[in-house]
Amino acid sequence: MAAEVMLMNEIEAKAASMGIDLIIDFNSIQLPRGEDCGIVSDDEDVYHDDHLEFDSGFGNVIVVDNLPVVPREKFEKLEGVIRKIYSQIGVIKEDGLWMPVDPETKKTLGYCFIEYNTPQEAELAKEKTNGYKLDRAHIFAVNMFDDFDKYMRVPDEWAPPEIKPYTPGENLQKWLTDEKARDQFVIRAGTDTEVLWNDARQSKTELVYKRTYWTESFVQWSPLGTYLATVHRQGAAVWGGANTFNRLMRYAHPQVKLIDFSPGEKFLVTYSSHEPSNPRDANRVVINIFDVRTGKVMRDFKGSADEFTIGGAGGVAGVSWPVFRWGGGKEDKYFAKLGKNMISVYETETFSLIDKKSLKVENVVDFSWSPTDLILALFVPELGGGNQPARVSLVQIPSKVELRQKNLFSVSDCKMYWQSNGEYLAVKADRYTKTKKSTYTGFELFRIKERDIPIEVLELDNKNDKIIAFAWEPKGHRFAVIHGDNPRPDISFYSMKSSHNLGRVSKLTTLKGKQANALFWSPGGRFIVLAGLKGFNGQLEFFNVDELETMATAEHFMATDIEWDPTGRYVATAVTSVHEMENGFNIWSFHGKLLYRILKDHFFQFLWRPRPPPFLSAEKEEEILKYLKKYSKKYDAEDQDVSMLLSEQDREKRRMLKEEWEKWISEWRRASEEEKLERQKLRDGEASDEEEEYEAKEVEVEEILDFSEEVLFEE
Amino acid sequence: MRLITGSADQTVKLWNVQTGAQLYTFNFGSPARSVDFSVGDKLAVITTDPFMELTSAIHVKRIARDPTEQTEESELVIKGPQGRINRAVWGPLNRTIVSAGEDAVIRIWDSETGKLLREADKESGHKKTITSLTKSADGSHFLTGSLDKSAKLWDTRSLTLIKTYVTERPVNAVAMSPLLDHVVLGGGQDASAVTTTDHRAGKFEAKFFDKILQEEIGGVKGHFGPINALAFNPDGKSFSSGGEDGYVRLHHFDPDYFNIKI
Repeated sequence: MAAEVMLMNEIEAKAASMGIDLIIDFNSIQLPRGEDCGIVSDDEDVYHDDHLEFDSGFGNVIVVDNLPVVPREKFEKLEGVIRKIYSQIGVIKEDGLWMPVDPETKKTLGYCFIEYNTPQEAELAKEKTNGYKLDRAHIFAVNMFDDFDKYMRVPDEWAPPEIKPYTPGENLQKWLTDEKARDQFVIRAGTDTEVLWNDARQSKTELVYKRTYWTESFVQWSPLGTYLATVHRQGAAVWGGANTFNRLMRYAHPQVKLIDFSPGEKFLVTYSSHEPSNPRDANRVVINIFDVRTGKVMRDFKGSADEFTIGGAGGVAGVSWPVFRWGGGKEDKYFAKLGKNMISVYETETFSLIDKKSLKVENVVDFSWSPTDLILALFVPELGGGNQPARVSLVQIPSKVELRQKNLFSVSDCKMYWQSNGEYLAVKADRYTKTKKSTYTGFELFRIKERDIPIEVLELDNKNDKIIAFAWEPKGHRFAVIHGDNPRPDISFYSMKSSHNLGRVSKLTTLKGKQANALFWSPGGRFIVLAGLKGFNGQLEFFNVDELETMATAEHFMATDIEWDPTGRYVATAVTSVHEMENGFNIWSFHGKLLYRILKDHFFQFLWRPRPPPFLSAEKEEEILKYLKKYSKKYDAEDQDVSMLLSEQDREKRRMLKEEWEKWISEWRRASEEEKLERQKLRDGEASDEEEEYEAKEVEVEEILDFSEEVLFEE
Repeated sequence: MRLITGSADQTVKLWNVQTGAQLYTFNFGSPARSVDFSVGDKLAVITTDPFMELTSAIHVKRIARDPTEQTEESELVIKGPQGRINRAVWGPLNRTIVSAGEDAVIRIWDSETGKLLREADKESGHKKTITSLTKSADGSHFLTGSLDKSAKLWDTRSLTLIKTYVTERPVNAVAMSPLLDHVVLGGGQDASAVTTTDHRAGKFEAKFFDKILQEEIGGVKGHFGPINALAFNPDGKSFSSGGEDGYVRLHHFDPDYFNIKI
């Protein structure tokens, strides 16, 4: 529909005829009071966002305090120094630097105001220069101008906070008490997100909760399975409950792209990356750390993307996520970030650096926490063409004492792999050959829990084999390696504790010529899925590492994801929407039997709900193992009951279907009988409904082949 | 004994089965898609494709006992449904014609007046092109197969949906066993998925379903291209399948087939 165009004189004429004076005095118009003009916004989230910057007009101004108090002669010099420092961070507005002077003493008052063109520059300046030491007596204290307003508004009288009535929360761990000991998983397909029970006994799923548009991008479980996190334009949210999923908390972070939970679920780290005002600069990164239960921001980090991309290859958002890695297991006491020539380790009492400074390590490119202890492993590559060899160091936190280090010669690159109990660390080192033309790989194996942390070097039987994959057995002493240059590589299994050689690593076996490029150990160890993803189009081999034999080989054509359930009983394989056809997932038993499959178009994610570690003490676990037969009798009986019930239900269903069908048949027979005469007429009197019957007759034909007469006796 | 064939050369021909001689040729303005003799063989229903300005149409021709008396005249021409009509067959007693095609709607027409008597319910009906249709031996119910990866069983007289069989692939051909309560579905793949589906030889299956319980019993592999046609031997002991790969496969059932119990 074309917009109606009105001529000005038509408008004036209409106005005149209605008695309206078109000349408006804008100054006389009184707007309703209040920021929102009395209109309630239906986008309430925006107003609850603490990070919104209201345009007070002074958002680009910072106040620098603790400046030297100088007499008139030194004004210019001081100003010059300040200007030089602050021009590096951003462009100071014209006449944007003002150092007030005491009218009586004619000296500077010891502080100045600096105005930039954008609030981002001002914030960056505050971040960078707060705490800057001009000299021993003068350490800059920098604040945003607007902050003064905020702090001055704090009332002088302390009013005790209102006590809200106690509403008991739901049991967020209720799913662990499922009678049938089932596990849950979340799937995302199309616009729906669903949480389902895996009911393997009945070979089907059971819905827990489903919601369309539950998340705006992806979902993620917290590490102990208590919460499901969703990601939206304005921030993240977590959901949980006893029998369903309620929203428990929201975390405001506009344009959040990635999230990460601390291992004990106490904190949530969120990340966003923003285009800079100057296109030649790097993106601006904002990272917030929230307390999960209260939603309070414990600390934020703002800076240029350059500061967050040291070392590892930039990922989807330009950084290797997570930027902050948590150490020391579920205590959530420490987290660390890689920086230029340093590792910044923070503790969560005050959310500041331990000892107020970062750990200086020249040229460090990678680090990795032990999953259980407060030990950092870090890697420094070779320097100066071989003059300074590469090294791996183990550093204890928070003491920063180096527990062990090893120099690695001729190493071009390395990757660190911790075993799940923190007992072993494997460092895969790619070394140059003497001619520097090719590399070969070896492993440095650290035995962390033994005295003096002994290190062993392991080379494959064929040193030159390329390493395709490496994985420690969870909670075990073995590891698997996929290696080789053939289209079908080999897979070798080693043990750190073999029967005859307690202190040395030994090879258990090598499987030759496998269609595999990825390793998936069961979370309890002992079993492994050797998978051929991507080029191998979804080959699966279920292997028993105790017996060193294959339990089953199978295939999930074009599988993209494989995940064991947290108990190690089931394996889920999925084809996500990377492929167009046959999206969906399969559930297998741990020994490779396909239990059921579900097809879902536009399939994006499949994630098992993690379980927290068991609450039982070691003694109780031993007791249960001892009396397992007694306990399992009870469950065997239950299983029997269920399967009998199932067949009963099945039989009933089938009986009903057959009955219904019989009704149809008899109806049709009746109608057909009624029409029989008519049909005969149509066929010109032929009685039979059958198509022309043919008769097969057996006919005996006698054919005289030959006639001959033979005289026998001549009389 | 007569055979009627329809072809993309825009003709429909009558043949003598014993001698192979051509008895008569009907000419049309567009490719002929489907043919069916009525009970008593005195009438035939023919569908033609939409072509240039012509819409798709259903033609009823009288078939003379003596081929020399055969005329080109149509008893009835029905125009109306959108898109290609893939199949049209006679209802019980030749009073109705059942048609199904690209627009996924099954229609029942009066064979004398050409009036639309019934249309299949949109909610429960097929969602994509119906590719195939086959009647039961007594004509009381019929099976339709569609690109929406399902086949449906209907009552011919009331057009009520009785059963639905779901597979993973678009269905090109359907057949009903004259002996046991089995239906067979043969299919292919979406053209867009040609490069991403399993291309290993022999992966295309003719899937057998229990007609009453709607559950899959098994499949017969062998074709390495989509299956386009299925037919049971009238004695129910064998069936044939024709595929895009250019092969026609004849399958004879072994004795165990007749003992299948779910």
